[in-house]
Amino acid sequence: MEFKSFLIKYAEIGTKGKNRYVFEDILCKNIRSAMKRIDGRFLVRKEYGRIFVDCTEEYDFDEAVNALQHVFGIVGICPVLVVPNMPWDALANEIIRFMDESYERKDVTFKVNCRRINKEYPMHSMDVNIEAGAVLLDAFPELKVDVHKPEVMINIELRDQIYIYSVRLPGPGGLPVGTNGKGMLLLSGGIDSPVAGYLVSKRGVNLEAVYFDAPPHTSPQAKQKVVDLARLVSKYAGAVTLHIIHFTDIQEAIYHKCPEDEITIIMRRYMMRIAQILAEKNDCQALITGESIGQVASQTIFSLQVTNAVCTDPVFRPCIGMDKQEIVDIAEKIHTYETSILPYEDCCTTFVARHPVTKPKLKDIEASEALLAEDIDDLMKQALATEEIITVW
Amino acid sequence: MEAYFDNAATTKTAKEVQEMVNRVMEQAYGNPSSLHRKGLEAGQYVKEAQEIIAKTLKVEPKEIIFTSGGTESNNMALLGSAFANQRRGRHIISTRFEHASVFKPLLFLREQGWEVTFLDVDARGMIDLEELKQAIRPDTVLVSIMMVNNEIGAVEPVEEIGKLIKSIDPDILFHVDAIQAYGKWKLSPKRCHIDMLSVSGHKIHGPKGTGFLYIRDKVKLVPIIHGGGQQRDMRAGTENVPGIAGLGVAARLMYTDHEEKMERMRAVKKLFVQKVTELEGVVSHSGDAPHIASISFHGIEKGEVLLHALEAKGVYCSSGSACSSNHPAISGTLKAIGLEEEELHATLRFSFSVYSTIAEAEYAVQVISEELPKRRAFVKR
Repeated sequence: MEFKSFLIKYAEIGTKGKNRYVFEDILCKNIRSAMKRIDGRFLVRKEYGRIFVDCTEEYDFDEAVNALQHVFGIVGICPVLVVPNMPWDALANEIIRFMDESYERKDVTFKVNCRRINKEYPMHSMDVNIEAGAVLLDAFPELKVDVHKPEVMINIELRDQIYIYSVRLPGPGGLPVGTNGKGMLLLSGGIDSPVAGYLVSKRGVNLEAVYFDAPPHTSPQAKQKVVDLARLVSKYAGAVTLHIIHFTDIQEAIYHKCPEDEITIIMRRYMMRIAQILAEKNDCQALITGESIGQVASQTIFSLQVTNAVCTDPVFRPCIGMDKQEIVDIAEKIHTYETSILPYEDCCTTFVARHPVTKPKLKDIEASEALLAEDIDDLMKQALATEEIITVW
Repeated sequence: MEAYFDNAATTKTAKEVQEMVNRVMEQAYGNPSSLHRKGLEAGQYVKEAQEIIAKTLKVEPKEIIFTSGGTESNNMALLGSAFANQRRGRHIISTRFEHASVFKPLLFLREQGWEVTFLDVDARGMIDLEELKQAIRPDTVLVSIMMVNNEIGAVEPVEEIGKLIKSIDPDILFHVDAIQAYGKWKLSPKRCHIDMLSVSGHKIHGPKGTGFLYIRDKVKLVPIIHGGGQQRDMRAGTENVPGIAGLGVAARLMYTDHEEKMERMRAVKKLFVQKVTELEGVVSHSGDAPHIASISFHGIEKGEVLLHALEAKGVYCSSGSACSSNHPAISGTLKAIGLEEEELHATLRFSFSVYSTIAEAEYAVQVISEELPKRRAFVKR
């Protein structure tokens, strides 16, 4: 069956009281921009607690579903047959056609579920259920009714037009992006940080991102890879503003002046400090990292405590309790994995010590950072002045 | 200032080449196989390019088959001649320092049951003719040797090799990968007893996606691309007319005032190598090729970091060979010539073109002398 419309189902936003309209409007807006990425013209409209996407031109079904599956807030996507209001005899034929064209095999159990929003319609919903069941059984004798666990549920909604649908494809869930403020993602080029960005944006949070570039220790390819990752995440998160900071001088200062085993943790603290500054400047309410407890030396619980100490905003670490494989699974699902594993060094691997501290103490680290006192303020200022901004979507 | 010293990876497209490609795309867009005059017109461009190239090699135009580049030329030569001669024997001889576009097809043939002998090279990257002589067997059907190594610029004596092979068995085919050599030498396949010779367009200021294989008239190959019968059935597919016309122009330019151009290139390389090795802890492994300098920098951890530091100042070079830069695996050639582990990682290739200048070479050395000490400060503690 060739569908010209989709019925969009959303769950959580229905429960948000007065905010509901705001949420729905943002969801509609996000759907519109998602559909702009693909060929065809789409009309997104809101009607009595339902969102419909009408396809007004030729379009590719799989491509449209895929686009919708990238919009947080959608829990279900139902391809729907829309017919004008019509008397029962004519409608019965449409229902038969729907069944015939939607299902190749008819040896299934089914149930009809009618909702009558248009109270002018001359039949009650229960009557429609019964009549529709009867005409379908007549047309396709292999069909069987099962009112408890049907394999096929034929939904008929009587509104100003009539909507018939049965399949419900899964949406990505979550909340519409833009309903929950903004976070600053520390994006490294590895596997974890894009996943962290995806997970937080799933809860309706807009993303900005910061990448610490360290030429000549890292290559232009490494930087391009991060831009590409931001673009992949933006397919879910909407436009992402990426801030690129030239971090080499700070890194080299740390390398020259601080104890070798503390290089990474001190570097992480300066990255967090810069991210914190950028977050404030760009109206973000939180920082986001891909850290997971114990994954590497700088992510032991002790290291996280020391890193966290420089932040004033909350730091969201949605991967914190995940195993690597669990993170990889999500990365594969959102198609960032292949880009993440490209073999370009990022700034963290270049300066890694042979035996980094795994149980740093805040006092020791602060003492080591005092060794940088002479020029670190200038270096921070200079680093922030190098900021390059790229917006991807 | 900018110094593009990565000409062994690819070269800047010559102005005249660009103009030709444009003109053909705009005006002579016909298909050479078409019967009408648009087809004839396009075909003329192909013929002309063939004639120019044939003249540079002193061979017949019909002995030139256009390809998509060096890789395809090598594949066509190796696979095509191996399949064509498998009844006669299934033994092939090559060297340990071939480019992947020779090495990999040979590994493929080995999987299919051919036997391949890979000759060693000495510290200068030269094969031992005596070893080659010993390796030749009654079932040897093909010898494939790279004339100029792409990483260090070692130059093999192809004329002697050709004579040696044919003196033992005139039926053994001799393939030369001349991708780094064409344009730098006046090559004569006939004099050197070369049966097949691979060339790439973009190494000589021609367009990317162009190249050719010289195939001596009497040599029969099995085609590896099958289709509509173009190029005497040797390489099917509509000819890349704009690219081929551009390649023809590039070949003509390279061999115009050739001596003078090569002398200039040699002078740039000579000055660069001389000046850069005056710096402490810098040594050269460069072979005789006029355009390739292989330089090791002692005391740095990774050549790549120096490469990016130079890049920031407008000096472009390669680590090992650009074709293998994406793979962390160590350069086969540098290993083959016996470099120590540390040097393997700290070797960069600087390669020159007819457009390179003395001033650029001086600038590059200046930048290296500034950046090298900074990079040396970053060896792992």
